[in-house]
Amino acid sequence: MWTWFYRLASPPYVYRTAAALTPWFFAGAALMIGYGLVDGLAFAPPDYQQGDAFRIIYVHAPSAWLSLFAYTLMAVAGAIALIWRIKVGYAVAAAAAPIGASFTLAALVTGSLWGRPMWGTYWAWDPRLTSELILLFLYFGVISLRQAFEDPARGDRAAALLGVVGVVNVPIVHFSVTWWNSLHQGGTVMRLGKPEMPGSMLWPLLAMLAGFMFFFGAVLCMRVRGEVLSRERQSAWVREAVIS
Amino acid sequence: MGGYARFVWPSISFALAVLIWNVWSARRHHARALTRAARAVAMARSEES
Repeated sequence: MWTWFYRLASPPYVYRTAAALTPWFFAGAALMIGYGLVDGLAFAPPDYQQGDAFRIIYVHAPSAWLSLFAYTLMAVAGAIALIWRIKVGYAVAAAAAPIGASFTLAALVTGSLWGRPMWGTYWAWDPRLTSELILLFLYFGVISLRQAFEDPARGDRAAALLGVVGVVNVPIVHFSVTWWNSLHQGGTVMRLGKPEMPGSMLWPLLAMLAGFMFFFGAVLCMRVRGEVLSRERQSAWVREAVIS
Repeated sequence: MGGYARFVWPSISFALAVLIWNVWSARRHHARALTRAARAVAMARSEES
């Protein structure tokens, strides 16, 4: 297990592995998102209370899920880099931040568009919405902090530290609908026992969740390659990779 | 869309725009890194010679 862990710390190994995985992740994303969108928008029945407005779930829930997943990954990568001094961890954390921020924005915008017909307002200072907005600001903070230092190594360490501290917001976002009174509906898929949705609505949603995860994997691999190249541009293996 | 088209389609469009932005941005990020690395290699070579 440790051999595998230390291989992950090798920049050329990560660079090559990310290149090999990218097309497979994109293929998985295209298949799953294609199926999920067609089935979810054209064939899933309308919700008995929300009508066709519920179809926003097919982009809102995967975006919200990714916003939390990307942050957790960024914090774990940052922690690994801080604790074991594995530089690839900083590269992964730096790569995950803008992707996570973009999906947090997507979750907020699509949620707001869903909220208008259901709650009568685009925005409410509700625990779920507010904690998700804080998540977006945390992403902005991590991205800005990394760029705020002249010494990139110090920027990496500061951003990783903020990422690790900010991860406390992830369970707050997730459990906000159960801990406090919220306008936002409770969990429908991620819950103990059976999901509350019928299969005809659930399958396209699960496909979209898988598709967004594949997509995240693909763009993360592309960004990690860029980060690794930038950080290792003086090393011999980059010289060989660039010449070939 | 049962009267909800003005909420559903902008949501789908925004999410798809985020997907497209991510691909464009990741490609540009990698291309820039490659250019910088190539420049570093060229500088190292010119210093050697």
